[in-house]
Amino acid sequence: MLTYVLKRVLQSALVLLVVGLVAFSMFRFVGDPIDNMLGQERTDADIARLRADLGLDQPFPVQYYKFLEKAVQGDFGVSFRQGRPVAEILVERAPATLELAAVSGFLAISIGIGLGVFTAIRKDGFLANMIMSVSLIGVSLPTFLIGILLIYLFSVELGWLPSFGRGEVTHIGWWSTGLLTSSGLKALILPSITLGLYQMTLIMRLVRSEMLEVLRQDYVRFARARGLKERTVNFRHALKNTLVPVITVTGLQLGSIIAFAIITETVFQWPGVGLLFINAIQFVDIPVMAAYLMLISVMFVGINLIVDLLYFAIDPRLRTDGKGAH
Amino acid sequence: MSDTVLDIEGLSVHFPTRRKLFVAVNKANLAVEPGEIHGLVGESGAGKSTIGAAVMGLLERPGHIAEGTVSFKGEHINGRDADGMRALRGAKISMIFQDPLTSLNPLLTVGQQLVETIQFHLKLSDADSKKRAIELLDRVGIPSPSERIDQYPHQFSGGMRQRVVIALALCSEPDVIIADEPTTALDVSIQAQILELIKELARERQTGVILITHDMGVIADTTDKVTVMYQGQVVESGTTEQVLGAPAHEYTKSLIAAVPRPTLKVHRFPQLSYGGRQIAFHIDDLARNWERPEPTKSGTLLKVEGLTKTFLARNAIIPSRRKYFTAADKVSFDIREGEVFGIVGESGSGKSTVARMIATLYQTNGGKIFFDDEEITELKTAKDLESYRRQIQMIFQDPFSSLNPRMRVDEIIAEPVKHHKLLEGDAIQHRVDELLERVGLGSDAGRKYPHEFSGGQRQRISIARALATQPRFLICDEPTSALDVSIQAQILNILKDLQEHLGLTMLFISHDLPVVRQMCDRVGVMRQGQMVEVADTETLFASPKEAYTRELLSLMPKLEGLSTEGLEDEIV
Repeated sequence: MLTYVLKRVLQSALVLLVVGLVAFSMFRFVGDPIDNMLGQERTDADIARLRADLGLDQPFPVQYYKFLEKAVQGDFGVSFRQGRPVAEILVERAPATLELAAVSGFLAISIGIGLGVFTAIRKDGFLANMIMSVSLIGVSLPTFLIGILLIYLFSVELGWLPSFGRGEVTHIGWWSTGLLTSSGLKALILPSITLGLYQMTLIMRLVRSEMLEVLRQDYVRFARARGLKERTVNFRHALKNTLVPVITVTGLQLGSIIAFAIITETVFQWPGVGLLFINAIQFVDIPVMAAYLMLISVMFVGINLIVDLLYFAIDPRLRTDGKGAH
Repeated sequence: MSDTVLDIEGLSVHFPTRRKLFVAVNKANLAVEPGEIHGLVGESGAGKSTIGAAVMGLLERPGHIAEGTVSFKGEHINGRDADGMRALRGAKISMIFQDPLTSLNPLLTVGQQLVETIQFHLKLSDADSKKRAIELLDRVGIPSPSERIDQYPHQFSGGMRQRVVIALALCSEPDVIIADEPTTALDVSIQAQILELIKELARERQTGVILITHDMGVIADTTDKVTVMYQGQVVESGTTEQVLGAPAHEYTKSLIAAVPRPTLKVHRFPQLSYGGRQIAFHIDDLARNWERPEPTKSGTLLKVEGLTKTFLARNAIIPSRRKYFTAADKVSFDIREGEVFGIVGESGSGKSTVARMIATLYQTNGGKIFFDDEEITELKTAKDLESYRRQIQMIFQDPFSSLNPRMRVDEIIAEPVKHHKLLEGDAIQHRVDELLERVGLGSDAGRKYPHEFSGGQRQRISIARALATQPRFLICDEPTSALDVSIQAQILNILKDLQEHLGLTMLFISHDLPVVRQMCDRVGVMRQGQMVEVADTETLFASPKEAYTRELLSLMPKLEGLSTEGLEDEIV
């Protein structure tokens, strides 16, 4: 068990190192920053001095090491565009994105698993078939289109919900939340549905097919033959076995919820890191781009690590190293 | 009879499908008394399991009971609603399934599953439920039950799991247990123990047992009464002794005639005459066009010396911490040209590993293989190896997974011919058509896909594929263990013909001793990767030298009470 966790942590660290390298290379290879920083009237001496000041005269590995050293301390340098430390901007923007991702992730998982189980148990029911047909829309329409349609219906036509922004936010320490005000909550509805719909339908369809498979298994038939209640059979015996493969996909999907937040945030002008990233690309704000890349990869790696550990919690077969006593 | 616990009268089960009504069970009668083991025997598709499911109220939709009654202790139960059935299920009537590896929930401990069931039926407290769970595990013969109760199913071996399944079925002191092929997935020695346990429990608790099986040996050794089914109908019913010893119905006669006997050797199995399932196998035509190679000089076609195979059981970066499992340990034997050499042993004894090494599907970790006096393990070039591979072909156990479902049958059979570049153009199709004709499927079968065939037909496709390269040596790895006895008889007859008329040499692997006795000239007994004993078949069966061989032979069902009608002309 311990070796397994250690192995996974080491692998994660390796992935992060590689991503860090990619992020760092952007500084080196997307143009020379000195060119942008000094004006027309520069001398060779100026360039050399600035180069030395910024440490750009040192060899590549040394520079990479320094970048990493600072990055782990949360120092990603200064934004070219805003002139403020990148870390500060990220801290300011992150709560918006994390809140949005958390709410849509929660919606996707809870509704997805609920509907998945329902449609599996009532395999041929009318309602279940309806849900399955409607869910096709979720998987087939692109996120931005769903966002625009929702805005058109609920903001433009009905005027019930705001079409952009976060509404009123409350500050708790450095964290800003929209969950405590009614305008903040209202503003959260459309973006979180837009962001979570695809994942929700995906989880639902996956849970359904896995559950149908599990319901055919002998141990489910045997549980029924022992006279256990339908509820016990469906939830205690079937659902838990269904979740083992579902967890992997769900973990990856949560990662992509944060990554895909870029599109949703652009459509709804949501002041999160995704929007920050889009703006950074327009202005070639490399420090912000690099920091964003690192942030997303840390989250992906972290979620995958948690998924791997969850496997251990759920499936006893992994815990015993295959040393079954006979 | 007043004390009958379960009485099935005129039961019909229908499965309406879009095209027509499928009658799975047609007016079946069956009565079980307390403490009695009632065998329900028949081939796959005969409706045996459907009766079990109908009694339990667990028929898969759209199946339903169309007519007849199921009475439990004199009370009709087939009209009950879902809740009424649930009160009975598990409480009064329990069920045991075939495969112990899949009938337990892998994510819950054995104890959790037992306690859950006990609490549901007997409404005991947590502590009392656990106490009873431990008692039950102890009763079904699980050592140190108080420790093992907290283990998960994967920590138990197959036989132990089946004991747990039986404990689960006993949770609420049922009056009837329906055991659906409870030992089919188990080794002979484990099978004997489980059947003994079922017998004991039936006597001790006066539980009525319906034992559903396709295995005549199980019926003969275990049951008091037997009911024979054929295509949904009960054809014969009576005491076991009477039905097996003096069958009245033609179907029962033909079924019993097809059972391989451990005690007498037959030349050929009588073809089932009932139901017109006879097949034509044209061995003479096949023999005419068969290219026979020069016989070997020494008379020995295949010789293996000290064959060893180890598998990595646990990987580690440091070599000394890696753990290995020795699947085959210095196995040596030789096979003479034209003989059938059998390897018997329980699962995990390394039988298939040896076969795969000979077929060069596995790399060896030591030892030598000689084929026609040439050392195969020394062959370096791919060309030499190809020529060896052409001469040996394999027939696998599972006729369902050994044929590619996306390929047409003619493509499947043509593949080895094309691969070895034996023929070109139309000659390939000609060879394929001929083979399909010869194995009795007809050349039209080539245009179909494997799923359109039954298990026995698929196994004949496998045989046709193996014959396509005109091999000298055939490896049959449990070729009939997935088949019904009548189909098994057909396939075994075909294999016998191939050996006699084409002079093929065979390695025949099986766990079924009676089959081995019918098929093989010499037999090797394997245990835990080692070859324990090699002897002529008749010598081995008459006077086994090793203790393990004697043990295996003693576990074999004797089938002495079986009628020998129809076998008279074939006994050797």
